Amino acid sequence: MSLTDTLDVRPGEQAHLVLRRATVLDPVAGIDGVHDVVVRDGEIAELAGPGEAKTDGAEVVEAEGLHAFPAFFDPHVHLRTPGHEHKEDVETGTRSAAAGGFCGILAMANTDPPVSTAADITALREQARAGASVPVGFLATVTKEMRGEELTEMVELREAGAVGFSDDGLPIQSARIMRRALQYQRLCGGNIALHEEDPELSGDGVMHEGPVSAAVGLAGIPSVSESTMVARDAALAAYEQARIHVQHLSAAESVEIVRAAKAAGVKISAEASPHHLCLTDEEVRSLDPHRFKMNPPLRHESDRQALIAGLRDGTIECVATDHAPHQAEEKEVPYEQAAMGVTGLETAFAALHTELVMPGVIDLGLLVERMAGGAAPFGLERPSLAPGSEANVALCDLGAEWTVGEDGYESRSQNSWCAGRTLTGRVLVTVAAGQVAFRLRSFALEVAL
Amino acid sequence: MRHLLAIEDVTREEIEAILDRAESFAEVGRRDIKKVPTLRGRTVVTLFYESSTRTSSSFELAAKRLSADLVSVKAAGSSVDKGESLKDTIATLSAYDPAAIVIRHPYAGAAQMVAGWTSAAVVNAGDGKHEHPSQALLDVYTLRRRLGSLDGVRIWIVGDVLHSRVARSNLIAFQRMGAEVTVCGPPTLIPRGIEQLGCEVEHSLDRLDEAEVVYALRLQQERMAESFVPSLREYAATFQVDTRRLNPRQLLMHPGPVNRGVELSGEAIDSPQSLIAEQVAAGLVVRMAILYELLTGAERPAPTQGDGEGTPGSPTPIGTSA
Repeated sequence: MSLTDTLDVRPGEQAHLVLRRATVLDPVAGIDGVHDVVVRDGEIAELAGPGEAKTDGAEVVEAEGLHAFPAFFDPHVHLRTPGHEHKEDVETGTRSAAAGGFCGILAMANTDPPVSTAADITALREQARAGASVPVGFLATVTKEMRGEELTEMVELREAGAVGFSDDGLPIQSARIMRRALQYQRLCGGNIALHEEDPELSGDGVMHEGPVSAAVGLAGIPSVSESTMVARDAALAAYEQARIHVQHLSAAESVEIVRAAKAAGVKISAEASPHHLCLTDEEVRSLDPHRFKMNPPLRHESDRQALIAGLRDGTIECVATDHAPHQAEEKEVPYEQAAMGVTGLETAFAALHTELVMPGVIDLGLLVERMAGGAAPFGLERPSLAPGSEANVALCDLGAEWTVGEDGYESRSQNSWCAGRTLTGRVLVTVAAGQVAFRLRSFALEVAL
Repeated sequence: MRHLLAIEDVTREEIEAILDRAESFAEVGRRDIKKVPTLRGRTVVTLFYESSTRTSSSFELAAKRLSADLVSVKAAGSSVDKGESLKDTIATLSAYDPAAIVIRHPYAGAAQMVAGWTSAAVVNAGDGKHEHPSQALLDVYTLRRRLGSLDGVRIWIVGDVLHSRVARSNLIAFQRMGAEVTVCGPPTLIPRGIEQLGCEVEHSLDRLDEAEVVYALRLQQERMAESFVPSLREYAATFQVDTRRLNPRQLLMHPGPVNRGVELSGEAIDSPQSLIAEQVAAGLVVRMAILYELLTGAERPAPTQGDGEGTPGSPTPIGTSA
């Protein structure tokens, strides 16, 4: 099984590599040790003893002291095409993903116009086959034009190749429409990814409601604007025996609801973003919209701790970046006027390694597991380093320090929440669906010499 | 001080320095010729993206009394109407090499952003619901003149705290000067978590008697439509500060403009314990002091941006050519 059975990528040369003496870690496959990783014919051909793999004309990468992980999978990316190619497109967005160690991503449908018809899906898949560095799948909207009023032609969309459905960017306000979509899912399949927010409660809010919003005078988005909708949709999914995926959890109450729903047997999965796992609303005191304005907002430290606990116990099975590119002029305005969203593909692993693994909050194995956890909820095979698997590898230097933004970005936009931060841990090489999707320039030079 | 962006950033010592300076300007106001040459040859730009009477007129008059050249820009009727961004507007105005830009803007953090785009000193004349530091300074000035000191003084801020930048700046400034602050209003208009700023929270005027100073806030008519209060009638019945609720030794303040008969009764406004007129008078001298402190302060560093030509230095002594 290959990611490209369902997702699309620009066809290219199959890699033939030996990662010599790499520290290989794939907790799901039960692999933890030093091996020569042999990538051949699109597969993990062999995990040989250190220094024992035959070269056979392969490119040899001296990987002693470096880590090989199953490459990461991001189920939540905004590629901005069609309509906002000045922010991102398939080519730049997938290049950004490759630089972050991702071997596959799912693109959201809240483009301009939204991805609501089979023709939209077909056109996007063509673009991906022409220019995507890593396999990319496209979601279609749940409702026509994201108006929340009528369902899209979900069967036809699935037949055209929509991986799933989401009105992300907007919640599905009507419980009636939500229920109809869940009923219809029995016919068309495809997970439904949900941006959970009650606009009646979030109102004109721009940050988490709490002492910080009180102190800086910004209108607040209360935690209950998310959790009440998570509760509603968990109940509807239970009633209809449908499958839902809750996007970008931010509030402790929401984590608790997902945990209880899972325990009750509801088919519900959940994601958390690196910025919600690393930052709190305290950052918003700076009133910097470039790095700290997004929806859902950065919340309280107790919410962040609840997300980490959810990541640990599997309530949250995956990290998703919610990579949301915006151009400078949309962010160079006062906080309330600025566009919501931050980019995150290139920094996700490094940021979580720096902020959570290095201080001992979670261990490396858990992070590696959750970074690839976003494939399974959408019916895709989890990237694995077990021999015989499709070759999806992220080769990382866990000791490398780098300052984000110093060398620019692969993304067309620069609104990284990590801009200016020094992170430890860097992706050197990404192999996606058997192809070399990314090589860090400075590392590639060393290999050549 | 390089800019005045938020009371949050200003120390008690800096507040006192500005108030002391303002006292010295009060004397200037009693002269026949109410003008000093301190800022002669320097340019002050006022840029107002929101309507204002007191703040804009007092900053403009303050600049003139300090002999600065003044450029007043109102967003309505300017290129802002044509869609120019704040950043581009600041770049345009910065071409005049202003010594100070005084800005009011409907959104939080605007003044702080402007400070990153210009070499001028930036004065926040109100940014969204965030801060209104010059108002807080003139209120502290008014109270200090009346009471000598704010140490231990119990102050109640009553009304729509949620939507008020004055409430936020004054809460911080009053506490910094040693006062004990209580905020009071209906739960719909008190921001969640505000007690973490160190104030008490009350939802009725039953214990208003404990206050030595009552600071009433404006209730905007549109709050009714948004269901923050059911009716002005009910709001007035529950939260209006009137002479029945006010005791004669309490001082009454309000940032203006007042909705007579809503947050304050007419009688209370016109009572001898009302400091509202003194607040307006204080606005002028305190804003002169703010401009003076920012533009003549010895520690003012050279601008880091801009064209470098005609960089303003220390104030021109009287009688010398610039």
